[in-house]
Amino acid sequence: MSSELVIGAVKAIVVLLLVLNLTALLLWFERKGSALMQDRVGANRAAILGVGRRLGLPNLGLVNTLVADSLKLFTKEDFVPAGADRFLHALAPFLALFPVLVTFAVVPLGDVIRLGGRTVELQAAPLNAAVLYLLATLGLGVYGVALGGWASNNRWALLGGIRASAQMLSYEIAMGLGILSMVMTYGTLDLQAMCRAQGGVWLGWLPRWGIFIQPLAFVLLLVAGIAESKRVPFDLPEGESELVAGYFTEYSGGKQAVFMFTDFAEVVLVAVLLTLFFFGGWQVPYLYSDGFHLPGGFLLALPQAAVALLGVVAFFVKTLVFCCFQLLVRWVMPRMRYDQLMRLGWKGLLPLGLINVVATACVVVLAGGVG
Amino acid sequence: MANVTVPIVVTFVVAAAVVGLMVTVSRLLGPRQMTAVKGEAFECGNPASGSAWGRFSVHFYLVALLFLVLDVEVVLLYPWAVELRSSGIAGLVEALFFIAVLGVGLIYAWRIGALDWD
Amino acid sequence: MPAWLFTFVAVLAVLGALGVILQRNPVHSLLALVLVLSLIAVLFIALGAVALGFLQAIVYVGAIMVLFLFVIWLLNLETEPREGGRLLVKLAAAVLAAMLAAELAALAWRAAPGGAAAAGALHQGANYGSMAALAKVLMGEYLLAFEVTSVLLLAAVVGAVALARKDPGAGPQSSTPGRLEPPLR
Repeated sequence: MSSELVIGAVKAIVVLLLVLNLTALLLWFERKGSALMQDRVGANRAAILGVGRRLGLPNLGLVNTLVADSLKLFTKEDFVPAGADRFLHALAPFLALFPVLVTFAVVPLGDVIRLGGRTVELQAAPLNAAVLYLLATLGLGVYGVALGGWASNNRWALLGGIRASAQMLSYEIAMGLGILSMVMTYGTLDLQAMCRAQGGVWLGWLPRWGIFIQPLAFVLLLVAGIAESKRVPFDLPEGESELVAGYFTEYSGGKQAVFMFTDFAEVVLVAVLLTLFFFGGWQVPYLYSDGFHLPGGFLLALPQAAVALLGVVAFFVKTLVFCCFQLLVRWVMPRMRYDQLMRLGWKGLLPLGLINVVATACVVVLAGGVG
Repeated sequence: MANVTVPIVVTFVVAAAVVGLMVTVSRLLGPRQMTAVKGEAFECGNPASGSAWGRFSVHFYLVALLFLVLDVEVVLLYPWAVELRSSGIAGLVEALFFIAVLGVGLIYAWRIGALDWD
Repeated sequence: MPAWLFTFVAVLAVLGALGVILQRNPVHSLLALVLVLSLIAVLFIALGAVALGFLQAIVYVGAIMVLFLFVIWLLNLETEPREGGRLLVKLAAAVLAAMLAAELAALAWRAAPGGAAAAGALHQGANYGSMAALAKVLMGEYLLAFEVTSVLLLAAVVGAVALARKDPGAGPQSSTPGRLEPPLR
C-alpha cells in the first residue's frame, strides 16, 4: 500500500519535471527556431569554458536560453511600482503559472506498464473525472493576467489585463464546447479511457484517432487554445506596438520570467490536449499490446514494456509536433484587431461549437455511436 | 482514492513550491535600489496622469456576463454528454430543447448588436 | 475522508470567509472568496461528490468570481468606507445571520448520530457523486428544473444586454466630474 503511494508521488514529480523542462526547451526553440526561419543566427554565444566547441559540437545557444537567460532574469532587481498593490503584484504571476502546471497531473503519458509483477499506470493521477479537473484548472488561468494587470496600477497593464481576461473568457466557451463534443464521442470523462478508445484501425488501415471523426472540434480546440495562451495572432493583450507589454508592463526579474514561462507552459498544455483528444494520445498506429500488426498481415511481436515505452515516446513526439506548430504560427500570421478577435470568438467559434455539439449528439444517439 | 489524491496533492505542493521560488528568487538575489522615478507608473516617459484604477468600458462586463451564462450552459450539458448513449432519444430531445432556448438568447444578443465590438 | 483533514480544510475555509468580510480592499475580499469557494469544492470532492465539486469549481471560481472582478473594476470600487451601512441594513443582516445559524444548528442536530438524517446520509451507491449519477437525477427527477434553468439563463442574457446597452439619449458615459479620460477599452 505505502509503495503505491510512493510511486504516485514519484510519478507526480516526474511529470512536473518533464513539463518544466519541455517548457524551457520551447523557450530555446522559440529563439533558435525563429532565427532559423528568418535566416538569422540567433542565440549562439554563451558557452561554459568552450566545452562544446572543444568537443566539436555546433554551438546551438542552448546555454544562452536555459542558463544565461534565467540567471540574468533571476538576478535582476524585482521592483514594484510605488502605486501598485504589492500583495497582488506578487500573487498574480503565481496564479498565472500554478493552474497550468497542476493540470498536467491528470494527463496520461502512456498505457499501463508491467514490471516485475507490478502494474503501473503511466499517468500521475488516474482520475475518473479528469476532463472536469482540466476545465476547472483552465478556468483559473484568467486570474493571473487579470490581477497582474490590475495590481500594477498602470494604464497599459490594466488595459492589457482587461483585454486578456475578456479574450480568455470569450474563447473558453469555444474550448468547453470542443471538449464537450469529445466527451460525447467517447462517452467518458476519463482521459486514459479516451486514449484507449482511440486504439485500433478503421477500414483496416486508418487509425481510430479523434481527428478523423471530429475535425471541427479539432479546429475549435486549436484556435481557442492558441487564443487562451495569448500567442500570435491573438497576442493583443501584450501587443508591443500599442500596449507596451500589456499586463506585465510593470514586471521585472523572476516575476516577469514566470509570466513568460506561463505562455510556454500553456503552449505545451494545448499541444497535450490536442494530442490526447484528437491524435490518440500515446497510441502508435498499428501497435497493439502484443506488438505491431501492419495492414498487410505482417506481425512484429514486442514485449509489453517495450510497447508501453513506445507509447510514451509517441506521446512526446506528437506533443512536440504541436508545440512546434504553435511556435511556427507566430511567424506566418499577422496580429488580429480586437474587434476581429471578438468577432471570431463570439460569432465564429461559438456558433460552430454549438452546431458541432448538436450534430455530434444527433449522430451518436441516432446512429448508435461514432466509429 | 489514495492513488489519485496523493499524486494530486504532491503536484499541488511541488508546483506551488517551484512557482513560489521563481516569484521570490529575484527578490533574494537581485539588487534593491528603489528610486522615486523607478516607482512611477510607466507611461512612455510622460509623468503618469494619476491612478490607473479608473472605469472601463461596460462592454467588458457584458462579455463576462455572457460568458457566465454560456459557461453554465456548457457545464449543465456535461452530465448529459457523459450519459448520451444511455439517455437515448428522450435525453436528446430534452437537451436540444435546453440548447434551443439558449440559442434564442444568443440570436437575440447577436441581432441587437451585443456581440459587436465597435 | 479522515476527520482531521476535513477539520483542516474547513478551518481554512472559515478563515478565508473571515478574510472576505474583514478585508477593506474589494479585490482582496474577492480573492478570499475565491479561496473559500475552492476549498468548498475540495470538501465536496473529498466527501465523495466528485462531479459536484468540480462543477462548483468551474462555475463559481472560474466564472462567477471573474464576473465579480469585472464588476469591481467596472464600478471602480476603491477601499470601502469604514462606517458600515445603515442601521436597517445591519439589522437585516443580523436577522439573516441568526436564521442561517438556526438552520445550520437544526441540520447538525438531524445529522448527529441518532438523528433523523444520519441513517440515510451514508447510503452511498457505487457511483455515488459521479457524473453518471448526476445525469440520472438531472435528466429524470429534476428534468423540469433543468429545462427551467435554460429559461432563467435566457432571462440573464436579455438582462445583461439591456443593462449594457447604451441609452441613445444619455450622452457620453464617463460623466464623472474631474475625470477627463473616456472609459478604457
